[in-house]
Amino acid sequence: MNKTIELKKDVTILFAGDSGDGIQLTGTQFTNTNALFGNDLSTFPNFPAEIRAPQGTLAGVSGFQLHFGSIEIYTPGDDCDVLVVMNAAALKANLKQLKQGGVIIANIDGFDPKNLKLSKYPDGVNPLEDNSLANYKVFKLDITKMTKAALADSGLGIKEIDRTKNMFVLGFILWMYNRSLDNSLNYIKEQFKKKPEIVEANTKVLKAGYHFGETSETFMTRYQVEKATMKPGTYRNIMGNQATALGLIAAAKKAGLQLFYGTYPITPASDILHELSKHKKFGVKTFQAEDEIAAVASAIGASFGGALGVTASSGPGIALKGEAIGLALMLELPLVLINVQRGGPSTGLPTKTEQADLLQAIYGRNGESPVAVIAAQSPSDCFDTVIEATRLAVEHMLPVFFLSDGYIANGAEPWKFPQSSELPTIKPVFATINSKTEDGKYLPYKRDEKLSREWAIPGTKGLEHRIGGIEKEHETGNISYDPANHEFMVKMRQAKVDKIADYIPLQTIDSGGAKGKLLIVGWGSTYGSITAAVKQALAEGLEVSHVHIKYLNPFPKNLGEILNNFDKIIVPEMNNGQLVRLLRDKYLVPAQGFNKIKGIPFTAKEIKDKIDEVLAN
Amino acid sequence: MTEITATSTAYTSKELVTDQDVRWCPGCGDYSILKQVQTVIPELGIPKEQLVFVSGIGCSSRFPYYMETFGMHSIHGRATAIASGLKAARPDLSVWLVTGDGDALSIGGNHLIHLLRRNFDVNVLLFNNQIYGLTKGQYSPTSEKGKVTKSSPMGAIDHPFNPLALCLGAESTFIARSMDRDPIHLRTILKRANQHKGTSMVEIYQNCNVFNDGAFEVFTEKSSKAEETLFIEHGQPLVFGANKNKGIKLDGFKPTIVELEGNSVNDLWIHDETDRVKASILTRFFDDPAKEGHLPRPFGVFYTENRFTYEEAMEQQLQESLSKGEGDLDALLRGNNTWTVA
Repeated sequence: MNKTIELKKDVTILFAGDSGDGIQLTGTQFTNTNALFGNDLSTFPNFPAEIRAPQGTLAGVSGFQLHFGSIEIYTPGDDCDVLVVMNAAALKANLKQLKQGGVIIANIDGFDPKNLKLSKYPDGVNPLEDNSLANYKVFKLDITKMTKAALADSGLGIKEIDRTKNMFVLGFILWMYNRSLDNSLNYIKEQFKKKPEIVEANTKVLKAGYHFGETSETFMTRYQVEKATMKPGTYRNIMGNQATALGLIAAAKKAGLQLFYGTYPITPASDILHELSKHKKFGVKTFQAEDEIAAVASAIGASFGGALGVTASSGPGIALKGEAIGLALMLELPLVLINVQRGGPSTGLPTKTEQADLLQAIYGRNGESPVAVIAAQSPSDCFDTVIEATRLAVEHMLPVFFLSDGYIANGAEPWKFPQSSELPTIKPVFATINSKTEDGKYLPYKRDEKLSREWAIPGTKGLEHRIGGIEKEHETGNISYDPANHEFMVKMRQAKVDKIADYIPLQTIDSGGAKGKLLIVGWGSTYGSITAAVKQALAEGLEVSHVHIKYLNPFPKNLGEILNNFDKIIVPEMNNGQLVRLLRDKYLVPAQGFNKIKGIPFTAKEIKDKIDEVLAN
Repeated sequence: MTEITATSTAYTSKELVTDQDVRWCPGCGDYSILKQVQTVIPELGIPKEQLVFVSGIGCSSRFPYYMETFGMHSIHGRATAIASGLKAARPDLSVWLVTGDGDALSIGGNHLIHLLRRNFDVNVLLFNNQIYGLTKGQYSPTSEKGKVTKSSPMGAIDHPFNPLALCLGAESTFIARSMDRDPIHLRTILKRANQHKGTSMVEIYQNCNVFNDGAFEVFTEKSSKAEETLFIEHGQPLVFGANKNKGIKLDGFKPTIVELEGNSVNDLWIHDETDRVKASILTRFFDDPAKEGHLPRPFGVFYTENRFTYEEAMEQQLQESLSKGEGDLDALLRGNNTWTVA
């Protein structure tokens, strides 16, 4: 059969179905295949908080969005070109995401009366039959039936057969985008290697989906998305939490330290624990503590012992850790604090993304308690940023917040991974017997030019000393309630954090000129949307620039100067305005917030529209 | 870093004293405990730089400042969790944890039970004075019911913990009780705690002479001590009384007091530190001393068990993984699926 191939620069596809439909797997497999092919891409998994919400309901819809292309990709895509829905609820929940004229691939078995009722369509209404989708190209596939037919002789039970239907979808999509089955075949072989009958079943269904595309007369067009022009080098695909875990292993190795990771499971940070606990051959010690407080306390204990103490959580857990973070900054020990932010306050939106813990990181403790804060801007950037967090913690002897969020933690992108030899070396300064004063005393709080103290670890002969959370005397570390000393020490701890500005890179401008009418200032995971929007605006000849701040406390030394070179400053954030407060406070600039607090990232279009609006006034 | 020389284990008690003024109230039981610890430690053969004292918050938690070793005075209730991380990272260190009834059993209750079940090899010295001293006299989770304090003018309505029963229930591998007023006994128990591999839980009755004076006097004063206390030793019958004239016999699971006159020592309960069921009954010797026919309060090692420590298990898994080859960072960064752009 002769089928035509249509060339596309980029495609956004959203797979949606019930939580139990294997949607995340289908999406990940298609992503990996495109990555291996050489597309640039970005993904956005979006799943419900419930492990298994009632089947077929709107609450149970799980989605996986992928934007891939032969052009540079910065976001998982605004609106979708293709929507794959496994049931009626998936269609209802996601139709608004689909472009006019877009393609719907629907599993008709998921549109039976029961599913229609569960997804709250009015009695007798089936969107696949009532012409309400006339503005889209709708393809109705009986995936369930075809999967059953493919496995008729397999001897597998109905449940097991049903579980493979995501492979049919994957096979079909791979055909539609003219991709090889190899990567998915290898995955199936590896994943189920202990169950040959499952390998065989999944393989059969995957191929059935592919062949269906080839033979069905419904589909006469395939699409081709060519390789992207990317910087030469070797790439892999990586998710944010995975990059964070690898970054911690690399950082510990580069610092010559044992990595101790004390944590308590919490969405969306737990995957870092899962990844790290696999890598014991790197000497990684993971400790699943009894609660968030024990998690941070154990990391402080490990740091006191000379290990790289790391703890991770999300907002609610960070709130519980607050007191201990204050202790770590009083002890002046290295501590890497990871916050994979999610929607708050309280339990908030556990599986949704937000950037609302910035002020918590900067201010969220009792007393005057400054710590350093840095943020990652994309999944692969988590790797470099957590190494940088480690460098600051170890070389400046203090707690450092590394902010990620649910969006980049679970999102994926191609990563031109570095060689270990290219990574920065981290240099801890351990106290030795030579650190004693001439009269043989050891001063645990004696400071160097960075205002940082030495790391004097138990087991070092002659350096026995005590540290604690009570205010301490300058240099000796002895308990002191002296009023003048307290003020001196408070200012000293602030000066120590401020001093970091001398040891971090200056702020650069991501795109646009160094002066102009409008500056967009972002931080963290909004990087992709802002970049895409600003590039488009620049292409249209608009006068706009983009600055993305990684170092949030302290700020880079030249940040104020940059801000003052623009007439207007807009700060898009997935919160109610936090960075914008810090900028207005510190630099007295008339920065304006642009806020989205919906648990989902900005689209590039939303930011572009804002740019247009501001420049039009 | 952990170089052990011949001289590093030879130090005197005096060398364990810091230059800091001890700030406990005059007459506080803490002084005696500090003295006994400083006396015992030089006999243990542990290099001074390998010793770490970790504490939480409370009167007892000032302890590390007075020990010329490594030390951390941390935050309320969390010393147990801090010590866990320290010991996981540094199994080579000798870690001592100083805590009180409020710190360990109230605000830090959660961490305490998890420390015990994990069995990190640390020594816990729980100074029990049945009162909140540092916050100036509120009832604690070990204060007796009806206790009149600043926060309970009509008497505390909380039912108190039985600390050793709690610890045994939390899978503790070593539980013992001693008191500030019996230096010889306390020193013996401290040595036993140090010998035990795993979490050693030592409850020390400690008199707070300011806010709860005399809480334990029936056990510590000469006039009543012999009748009210039962000093237990492995392999020895449970005998007490001024003239060692009373014993404890087990009637099924029910302990009863018998006069030795007319009863053979052989019929008495012989203390067996490894018997968990009997240890459990012993922890229940917790009667109010004012109660008619009450049992004497036991002191000594109630229970001890050899169980793998958490840090050993952790090291074992690491070694098992490392034995298959040390991790290659470049291979890790590369992963399984790569593609090359020319």
